[in-house]
Amino acid sequence: MTLLSPHLNPVPLSGESTNSMAQLGYDPAHHLIETEPYYEPVGDEIKLFEAAYRQQIPVLLKGPTGCGKTRFMEHMAWRLKRPLITVSCHDDLTASDLVGRYLVKGGETVWVDGPLTRAVRSGGICYLDEVVEARKDTMVVIHPLADDRRALPMEKLGQIVAATPEFCLAISYNPGYQSVLKDLKQSTRQRFVALEFDYPSAELERRIVTSESGVSESIADSLVKFAQMTRNLKGTGLDEGASTRLLVHAGKLIADGVSPVTACKAAVAQALTDDADMLKAIQELSSSIF
Amino acid sequence: MALTPHTAAAMEQSLQVWLDTEFTYFKVEILAAELAVLPREEQDFILGWIRRIASTHITLAWQFGRRAPALLPRMERRLLEAWAIHTCDIFDRTGLQTALRVMEQVDSFDASAHPHDSAGVLFNDIAPVLGNFLGGLSGRRLKLEENDVAFTDGERVMLPNLIARFETLPDNFQLAKATLAMLWAQTRFGTLRVDWQALLATSENPQHTLIQFHALETLRLTACIARELPGLHREMQRLSQTLEETVPEAWQVFAAELAAPEASVNTSLSLLEAACALPSFIPRSYQGVLRPDAIIAARNGRIEKEKARLRVKLAEMLEDQPKNSAPLVAPDAPPRLEAETHDENGLLDFDITLDDAPLAPPEGVKQLLTSIYLDFGEIPPEYLTPAGEGEYDPNLYQEHPEDPDAVWQGVYHERGATLFDEWDHGRQHYRKNWCVMREKPVQPIHDDFYRNTLDKHAPIVKHLRKRFEAMRDENRLEKRQADGDEVDIDALIEALADARDGREMSDRLFVRQHRAERNIAVAFLVDMSGSTKGWINEAEREALILLCEALELLGDRYAIYGFSGTTRKRCELFRIKTFDEAYTSEVKARISGIRPQDYTRMGFAIRHMTTLLNQIEARTKVMVTLSDGRPDDYFDVYRGLYGVEDTRMALLEAGRSGIHPFCITLDHDARDYLPHMYGAARYIILDDVRQLPIKVTDIYRKITT
Repeated sequence: MTLLSPHLNPVPLSGESTNSMAQLGYDPAHHLIETEPYYEPVGDEIKLFEAAYRQQIPVLLKGPTGCGKTRFMEHMAWRLKRPLITVSCHDDLTASDLVGRYLVKGGETVWVDGPLTRAVRSGGICYLDEVVEARKDTMVVIHPLADDRRALPMEKLGQIVAATPEFCLAISYNPGYQSVLKDLKQSTRQRFVALEFDYPSAELERRIVTSESGVSESIADSLVKFAQMTRNLKGTGLDEGASTRLLVHAGKLIADGVSPVTACKAAVAQALTDDADMLKAIQELSSSIF
Repeated sequence: MALTPHTAAAMEQSLQVWLDTEFTYFKVEILAAELAVLPREEQDFILGWIRRIASTHITLAWQFGRRAPALLPRMERRLLEAWAIHTCDIFDRTGLQTALRVMEQVDSFDASAHPHDSAGVLFNDIAPVLGNFLGGLSGRRLKLEENDVAFTDGERVMLPNLIARFETLPDNFQLAKATLAMLWAQTRFGTLRVDWQALLATSENPQHTLIQFHALETLRLTACIARELPGLHREMQRLSQTLEETVPEAWQVFAAELAAPEASVNTSLSLLEAACALPSFIPRSYQGVLRPDAIIAARNGRIEKEKARLRVKLAEMLEDQPKNSAPLVAPDAPPRLEAETHDENGLLDFDITLDDAPLAPPEGVKQLLTSIYLDFGEIPPEYLTPAGEGEYDPNLYQEHPEDPDAVWQGVYHERGATLFDEWDHGRQHYRKNWCVMREKPVQPIHDDFYRNTLDKHAPIVKHLRKRFEAMRDENRLEKRQADGDEVDIDALIEALADARDGREMSDRLFVRQHRAERNIAVAFLVDMSGSTKGWINEAEREALILLCEALELLGDRYAIYGFSGTTRKRCELFRIKTFDEAYTSEVKARISGIRPQDYTRMGFAIRHMTTLLNQIEARTKVMVTLSDGRPDDYFDVYRGLYGVEDTRMALLEAGRSGIHPFCITLDHDARDYLPHMYGAARYIILDDVRQLPIKVTDIYRKITT
C-alpha cells in the first residue's frame, strides 16, 4: 500500500532501499518544453533573464495577474532548454511541500523529494508562482538557494544539496494587492533580480490577442480598447482591470462563434467583479464598443 | 379580498394628530372627505406619505395631502414617491419656501406632456451603473451628478432626475447612457476647448450662435462616437429614428465634412458662419445643453492649479532621476523635457523624454497630462518646465485639510468635512448629506493617569496577562492528520497493528504544524458627550487603558475614537488611536486627555467607523461602542425616537457590511429602548460605572472567542 500526500505528484518509486536518492527516479525530461511557447517580448526582459541565468542570480517577476509572467517562464525554459518545475503557492504551502518528506509505503517510511529539491538536483528551473501566498516561514528555505551559497539544506535528511550551475530559481508576485499581509519580506526580495511586467502596449496586446485567439484585427482592437476601459476603473470599484489573459479568453469565445458582447460578459465582466452595478456598467461599456 | 376603506371620521382623527390641527388649523375634514371615496389601498398610500412627510414638516405634509388625491390617477406611484422624497430633500437643503415651490410645480404637471413617465429612469437608480460606465471611458475622470438639465462643465456630467422620452424603461436607460456619452465626448473631443467669450462676443445673436454651434458639434461628436463606441452609436441611431430626428438637407453637407476623422472643433467653428444663416434643426434627444458659463468657471478653477501641479510633479520626477554620470556640457542649461501624445484607437498615452532619454511618468502625472491635453489639445511647452524651488505657493497645488476649528469659526461650515446621510425614522428615508463630520485629534495630557490606573487595577492587570495569553492561538502540532509534514509514528504503529489484525488501516498517519493567525481588527467608539462628566469619563479612560494592555498582549489590531457633537453641522470624531498607530506614550496621554464635550449624536460616528473598519483587511471586524446612554443632541430632533432609530440603522448598516457591532452601555434606566436600538447589535448593560474597567476586558474576551 502506498500513501502519498496530495501535495506531491506521485513520483515513480523504484527499488526497495530508501537511502539511495538515485533510486527515487525522476525524469527531468517530463518537464522539458518541446515546442516554443508563444511569447511577445515587451522590453529587454529576455536578455535580462538570460544574463541573470548565466550569472546564477535568482529572478523575481513582478506584475498584475494575467500579464504573461507564467508564459514568460515557459518561454525562457524552452529557450534555455531546461526543465521547468512550477509550484503554485497557496497559504497552506509548507517547507516540506517544497523540500520533500517521508511518506509511508508498505509499512516503511520512504523519502520523497519535493519539487524544489527535484529542480535543484536536476538543474532545472524552479518557478514559485504567487510566492506571497505561501506561509511566511516557507520562504526561509529558499534563502540559502537564492544567494551565493546556492545550496538547499535538508534538515530531515541531514544533508545539504548543492545546486548545479544550471539550476535557476524564479518567483513571481503581484504588488497590486496592496495588502499588508501579502507583502514580500525585504530579506527575501533583496536576493532577486526583479523584472517588472505590466499590461502590454495597445499595439502589442492586439497582436497577442490576435495570434492567441484567432480573432480578426478589428475585434482584437475593440477588445484591447475594452480592456483599457476596465483598467480605467481600477481603484474606483475594481481591484484590477481586465488582464491580457481575459482578453484572450474572450477572443477565443468570439472566434468560436459567441457574440462579442456575450463573450465579454462571460469572459471578462463576470471574472472581474460580483458587484451588480459594476457588472452592468462593464456590460454597458462592452455593448458600446461592439 | 379588498379591505374596507377607512371612514372619513377615522382618517380625520389621524390627520388631526399628524398635522397638529390644534395649532395649525388645517382643514383636515376636507382632506378626509376627499380620501374617503378612494379605495383602501390608495388611502393607505397617501396617508402613509402624509405621516412620513409630517415628520419633516407639517405644512409640506398638508400641501402633499391636498394634491395627492388628484395626482394619483395621472401619476405613477413610483414618481409620486420620488417627488415626495425630492421635496423633503429640498426642504433639508434650502428650507420651506423652495420646498413649497417644488411642491407647487407639480400642479403644472400635465400628464399628457409626460406620457412615458411611468417608464422613466430615475437618476438615483441609474447613477451607480452609469457612474462606473463614465469612469471606464478614457480621458479626464468625470463625476456624475444630478441637475435640472443635462450638461457638462468638463469636470462633472449632469443628468436630470428623470429621463422619460421613450415608452420603455430600457430605451430610456439607453437615452441616459447616450446623453452621458455625448457629454463625455464634449470633454474628450475638444468641444470645451473653444474660446467661449470670443465666440459669443462677436456674435449679434449669441443665443442662436450657441444653438447652431451645438448642432454642428453634435454632428461631429456623433461621428466621433461612431468611431469610438460603434455599439452605442447604433443605439443612438435607433433612438433618433424612433423620435424621427432627421438631419435637414441643408445640414447634410456639414455632417459629411464633420464626420471625417480629422475634423476637429475648428472645423465646426469654420462652418459656424454658414450654419448661423440656416434655421436650426430639432436638437437630438441625447445632446444635452451647452453651458458656457459653467465650462468657463470650471476651466478657470482648474488651469492654473494643474499647471502648478504638473510643474511641481515634474521637478520631483527630475530629482528622483539619477544624475547623469557624464559631465554636463552646459550645467546652466535647463533640462529639456518633451512630451509626446498618443491619441489612437481611443487611448490617450504620453511619452515623456528628458534630453531625449525616455522617462516613465507615474500614474498621477499621466492623469494631469491627460487633463491638460484635453484643455489645450496639446501639452503647452511652458507646462514642461519643472517648477523652481519655492516658485509656487504650496497652497496653490496642494489640497490640504482645513483646521477644523478655524472652519467652524468661518462661514463655510461644510468645507473639508465629510458628509453622512442620516436615517429619518418619520420619513422612512435617509436625509442626504445631513451630518457634517470632522476628525479631530485629542489633546494629549501627559500625567500620571496611566501609571495610577495600572496601580489601581493591579490585580486585574495581573490576571489580564494570564487570560489573554491563553487566548492567543498558539502554534501547535496536530496529530493523526491525513496529510502533513512528517510521519506520525504513534499512528503508524497503531495502523500497522490494525493491519496485522486484519482490520482496516487508518490513513491518518501524519502530523502537521497548525499555525493559527488571530486575524481581528476592532474599533472602539467612546462616548465623549457632556453627560459622561465625572465618574463615567474616568471609568471610560481607565477601561481604555486596561483594554489597550490586553489588546497589546493579543496582538489584535485596534483603533480608538471618541465622538461628540452639537447639532448635525458639528459632528466631531476625536482620534485617540488609529489602526496603524503603535500604543505609545502619546496614545496613553491622549487617553488621559479624553474630556467630556457636547452631545451624543451617534449615527455619524458609527457610519464613519464602519468606513474605516472596512478599509482594514481582517477576517473578523468588531466595533465596540462605549456609551452612557441614549442618543441625544442639542435642540434638534435627534433626542428620542429619531436618534434611537438612526443609531439602530447605522448599526444595521455596519452589520450588513460584515462588521460585528457590540455595545457596552452604562445607562441604568434605559432597558426600554436598548433592546430595540441595540437589537441590531449585541449589547451589555453595566449597572455600576465602577465595574466598567473591570468588566470591559472580560467582555472583549467573550465577544472575540
